[in-house]
Amino acid sequence: MRRGLTLPLILLLAWELASRLGLADPRILPPASQVLLRGWAAFWNDDLLGNLLASLTRDLAGFSLGTLAGLCFGTLLGLSRLGDRLLGPSFHGLKQIAIFAWIPLISMWFGIGELAKIVFIAIAAFVPVVLNTEEGMRGASRQLIEVGRVLTFNRRQRLTRIFLPSALPAILTGIQLALMASWLATIGTEYFMTVGPGIGGLIIEGRERFEMDQVMLGILILGVVGFALNAVAGHLGRVLTRYETA
Amino acid sequence: MAATLDIKGVEKTFSIDGRAVPALAGVDLKVEPGEFLTVLGASGCGKSTLLRLIAGLDTSYEGSISLDGQRIRGPSLDRGIVFQEPRLFPWLTAARNVALALENAPLAREAKRRAVDEHLALVGLSSFGNAYPHQLSGGMAQRVAIARGLVNRPEILLLDEPFGALDALTRAHLQDELQRIQQDEQITTVLVTHDVEEAVYLGDRVIVMAPRPGRVAHVFDIDLPRPRRRTDDRLVQQRARILETLEEISGESARPLATQPVGPLEARPALA
Ligand SMILES: Nc1ncnc2c1ncn2[C@@H]1O[C@H](COP(=O)(O)OP(=O)(O)OP(=O)(O)O)[C@@H](O)[C@H]1O
Ligand SMILES: [Mg+2]
Repeated sequence: MRRGLTLPLILLLAWELASRLGLADPRILPPASQVLLRGWAAFWNDDLLGNLLASLTRDLAGFSLGTLAGLCFGTLLGLSRLGDRLLGPSFHGLKQIAIFAWIPLISMWFGIGELAKIVFIAIAAFVPVVLNTEEGMRGASRQLIEVGRVLTFNRRQRLTRIFLPSALPAILTGIQLALMASWLATIGTEYFMTVGPGIGGLIIEGRERFEMDQVMLGILILGVVGFALNAVAGHLGRVLTRYETA
Repeated sequence: MAATLDIKGVEKTFSIDGRAVPALAGVDLKVEPGEFLTVLGASGCGKSTLLRLIAGLDTSYEGSISLDGQRIRGPSLDRGIVFQEPRLFPWLTAARNVALALENAPLAREAKRRAVDEHLALVGLSSFGNAYPHQLSGGMAQRVAIARGLVNRPEILLLDEPFGALDALTRAHLQDELQRIQQDEQITTVLVTHDVEEAVYLGDRVIVMAPRPGRVAHVFDIDLPRPRRRTDDRLVQQRARILETLEEISGESARPLATQPVGPLEARPALA
């Protein structure tokens, strides 16, 4: 963890020096210190926190919706042969469509307000959760399924005692991917549907006013949040699957 | 209370790669209520397959397997099975693994907890109730599996080499515990083993199976009162006779090989 911070710090230093020593045009690449000062000012004057919260709330709403739907749908594909036959081909076809290609369709159906953004983020989270849940359920040990038959488990018991725990590591991987995908999608929607507060909006605004420090600030925040989300998800995953050879 | 297990003309064929592999052929067997039957036979002669059919895990076979005339159509809590592998759930502790078998039993929560504790104690794992399977040795895992098979007190208990992975002392202890429970509750028991001594010590009857296709080759009645002494002369004699039979059978099935030229090294008897 501490060693992982070395490279970013060196880059930060190089960035600062490059701009201070005139290696890069400060209008294109403002010094790091200026970006941080901009952040300080934005925190007090431009409701930086409010923007960040707006992005995170949106992200969380879409992520939760997509993950929940993905868990159900992935379970259906993984466990029901009929479900897989009926819905599997369509899903696997549709998932090939690049996520941003959905934007025109979504804005026609849902407008460009908050709902449309959340739906878009949900789709981004949905796909990796479905794929990993399905695969995890399919991978359940046949030997344990047989133990379940001997113990006359009913449908609910099979799901909660065998399939869900078997699939848990895969599901957690899917959720971690969904967390990253939905954060990217959050920024994406804020770029393409620029209504309402959010970090993406901040960046667009900075670009339009040609204020590179605001753009850089936004990007920096995106990176830090993405990093934090990933770290939290990874930690949670390890805690939840501790029973696997410690 | 317990039912008579009646196996009639059972044939089971697997297909491997489109090729038909007969696993059981013409198995006839009647097991009386409360009887302790032990099964011996070379590897691959269909012992596990037979237990799976009795457990109701596989219903695609010829012939019939019935309890008091009722054909077995699927698994039931009245028939418990301890598999050849422990098959513990890796995400549950030892105690929770045992408790799994009581999930659908009509018992109060407190009674279930007590039964789980008792059976962990029975297999000598009281202090490992909170251990996860990966923290147990192979023999310990197998003992948890035995506890899981017993805790439900089935009417018919099927055991597939349950003591194979255990040291001699633990094995002797568990044999005695199993025998005690079996006698107390008159559980009809079918136990598969590779250990001839174990087969004669525990069994009211020992059946010896022959391979390709799997069938019952010999039946030995062990008509000795319980509790038995392991060193009893009559047990020792039975054991010698059964060993002889096993050697004969393995000699028979090895005969086609013997027609090939035999070098001086291979001329030694296979079973020393
Ligand atoms: N699911 C299966 N599919 C195909 N063939 C099988 C299957 N299960 C068992 N067999 C075949 O049936 C035969 C008997 O297998 P089984 O597992 O019953 O032997 P066993 O007597 O229990 O042997 P061991 O003492 O090694 O456990 C073997 O030839 C095996 O290849
Ligand atoms: Mg076997």
